[in-house]
Amino acid sequence: MPDRREIDIEVMRYNPETDSEPYIQSFRVPFDEDTSVLMGLQYIKDHLDGSLTFRWSCRMAVCGSCGKMVNGVPKLSCKAFLRDYYPGKLRIEPLEHFPIVRDLAVDQTDFLEKLEAVKPWIIRKDEKPLSEGTYLQTPEEVSSYLQFSSCINCLLCYSACPQYGLDNSFTGPAALSLLHRYNADSRDEGKSERMPLVNSEEGVWGCTLVGYCSEVCPKQVDPAAAVNRGKVNSTMDYFLRFLTPRGGVDS
Amino acid sequence: MQVVSTDVAIIGGGGAGLRAAIAIAESAPELNVTLVSKVVPMRSHTVAAEGGSAGVTTEVDTLDMHFHDTVAGGDWLCDQDVVDYFVSRCTEEMIQLEHWGCPWSRQSDGHTSVRNFGGMSTARTWFAADKTGFHMLHTLFQTSMKYPAISRLDEYFACDLLVEDGRCQGLLAIEVATGDFVRVESRAVIMATGGAGRVFRQNTNAGILTGDGMGMAYRHGVSLRDMEFVQYHPTTLPGSGILITEGCRGEGGYLTNKDGNRYLQDYALGPVVTEPTPKTMELGPRDRLSQAFWHEQQKGRTITTPLGPAVHLELMHLGQRKLTERLPFIMELSKTFLGIDAAKQAIPVCPSVHYTMGGIAADGTTATALPGLYACGECSSVGIHGANRLGSNSLAELAVFGKLAGENAAAFAREQSPTTSSSLQSAADAAEARALAILARQDGSERLASVRDEMTQTMSDGIGIYRTADGMQATCDVLDGLVDRLAHVQLDDSNRAFNTEWLAAIELGFSLDVARAMAYSALNRRESRGAHVRLDEYDERDDHQFLKHTLATYEADAPPRIAYSGVNITRLPPAERVYGAAATATGDAANA
Repeated sequence: MPDRREIDIEVMRYNPETDSEPYIQSFRVPFDEDTSVLMGLQYIKDHLDGSLTFRWSCRMAVCGSCGKMVNGVPKLSCKAFLRDYYPGKLRIEPLEHFPIVRDLAVDQTDFLEKLEAVKPWIIRKDEKPLSEGTYLQTPEEVSSYLQFSSCINCLLCYSACPQYGLDNSFTGPAALSLLHRYNADSRDEGKSERMPLVNSEEGVWGCTLVGYCSEVCPKQVDPAAAVNRGKVNSTMDYFLRFLTPRGGVDS
Repeated sequence: MQVVSTDVAIIGGGGAGLRAAIAIAESAPELNVTLVSKVVPMRSHTVAAEGGSAGVTTEVDTLDMHFHDTVAGGDWLCDQDVVDYFVSRCTEEMIQLEHWGCPWSRQSDGHTSVRNFGGMSTARTWFAADKTGFHMLHTLFQTSMKYPAISRLDEYFACDLLVEDGRCQGLLAIEVATGDFVRVESRAVIMATGGAGRVFRQNTNAGILTGDGMGMAYRHGVSLRDMEFVQYHPTTLPGSGILITEGCRGEGGYLTNKDGNRYLQDYALGPVVTEPTPKTMELGPRDRLSQAFWHEQQKGRTITTPLGPAVHLELMHLGQRKLTERLPFIMELSKTFLGIDAAKQAIPVCPSVHYTMGGIAADGTTATALPGLYACGECSSVGIHGANRLGSNSLAELAVFGKLAGENAAAFAREQSPTTSSSLQSAADAAEARALAILARQDGSERLASVRDEMTQTMSDGIGIYRTADGMQATCDVLDGLVDRLAHVQLDDSNRAFNTEWLAAIELGFSLDVARAMAYSALNRRESRGAHVRLDEYDERDDHQFLKHTLATYEADAPPRIAYSGVNITRLPPAERVYGAAATATGDAANA
């Protein structure tokens, strides 16, 4: 390689079987123009220390496995490149606001529970038989939810969210985006089942409008916009409750 | 050892495994389903499929045309009864996904759209922009959450099947976070672990595609079928192998060589057309396009990039608006990994290993020869892809056969008496001991990454787009030697909790078995067909000797035993595969 250089990568280590607390270990890693941060970690694991632990899979920014804090910023490590940090060094740490399982791998259970809690599936009163074909949905109707359906569940937004860091009962950016994704889908009739969560303390009102979630999102989902629309829906829902006998939604 | 008792266990949480789980929950709500996956399901590699999923919908399309395209595309090595079943179910599955919320791209009147794809005689590929697999996977994953009967073991690594009294009755898994073993006892098991592209050096596959499920079934005596048929996808990024969807060509992209010529016209794929035309030029099948690249390279007409030879995929003439709407992920990948704007610059692409046409031998109902074990999706060989899969048939396959596997495994499970723990315990204990021995080894002399890298290098060297007896034999020899070396790998990490080095060593054992099945199957197929093309004296298709499925049977450390079985040809007798002008002339493009 014509431009082979070396960079120092500091990695946070934590082994639950032997360590009382995390510590930093430094490695020197060769890189070129195309070496991602993930590839740097893979180099360490293959050649320097096989015990370094981190998640990865697709290495093309769509599976959502490889999020890390890179110099304090939540990033997909396959989508960040060592060249952009040189001649400085990198510090790679596990995603913030999650318990560490080992080294750079965090516990994702809380997010999975929150995802399930928003009922991320199409809810209908009557299911149309498959023999009657698809539901019609214009491109405009698709565009009202498509962006929010593009979330890869990488959890970067949770690491960016100060509210989730303070109190992890907050449903959080990705799950609220997916909640809004289904509420905004013309095929769905389940809004009334999701609004109690939207309206609750753990719902959209927990958000303090920092907007860092949208900044770090690698897929331009813009969770802050989804949360804001949730706030509009929640406000409407509140007022409509006084005006209609069955409550505001779906009417 | 912790024990989980369930009715049906599914290994693999990608599209096929999730579709199977939902099918069980819907068809047999009284049964419990346990979905075991080494990654949380939405990380599965279905997520990276881009271009689309086949299903006949338009007025000019017919099931017969989809059947014909698939059988001819597979160079007649497809089981035609199974292809008939497949094509007749695809559209219903696409509609089902739509009902579950999949954001299919739409026409202005609200109906779903279809696009052209390689080797298909008309537009029949449903798509969600160029993130079809992503949307299908997340739709299936999120939908699966509504069924209380489906419980998941996320990040549990399946390391062996439990076979007792001649039937599969569960599996042994390692909880990744802790390293603890769990015995999952079930009345039936569905294997849905995806492909094995990681046995090659440059491939489009995620790191998890190490052939675990194939290896597990194979070690228990189930044959791996047609493993020599490995698909090289013609348009991937040099070096990384990152996939650049065939949808680019379906939307009208061009492939050009270093002289700017659309070179596919030189390989019986012309005439040169400016609009996407079925079975013509860039819409030829993947095997032919990857072979054409190889010839261009031999002629010195490829472009040199720092990461290897390439040709140009030109999308510039499609216009920013279409690219943003139809190919947004390709635009993002080009920007991220090449630093280019694909609306203004051509994308350098080359072939990389993409798909295993073969897999765990299963019949058209997804049943394997081992009672109680079913297989679906890329890990299986149910008989629809033959010697070369057509793009967009694999996403459709995981839906159609995932559902079928779920229904059939559920029906089987209902008929079985409950498993008795004591009989399975010793099998599980033995499997646990084998896995722990890797961890406990203290006198090993080999580094895991070295063995892995030598395997992937020799597979890419010998089992390439074009093959020779000498090259394949050399690969077989190297692989044989690596079996012993793998037994001497010394891990750096002796801990149990989240020890991914340990799991990678177990994976490499599966990969090596699968690689040997591929290499020996290839060496023994003395003809050229579909994706298996030889440069030596066997450079022609030989229906007399080899219109047969290859069956590789596990022989422990010795090379696999190779045998053959018949291909079910019901109504389309073998004929010459033709594309481009010849297809139009014979009516093949429209399949009159």
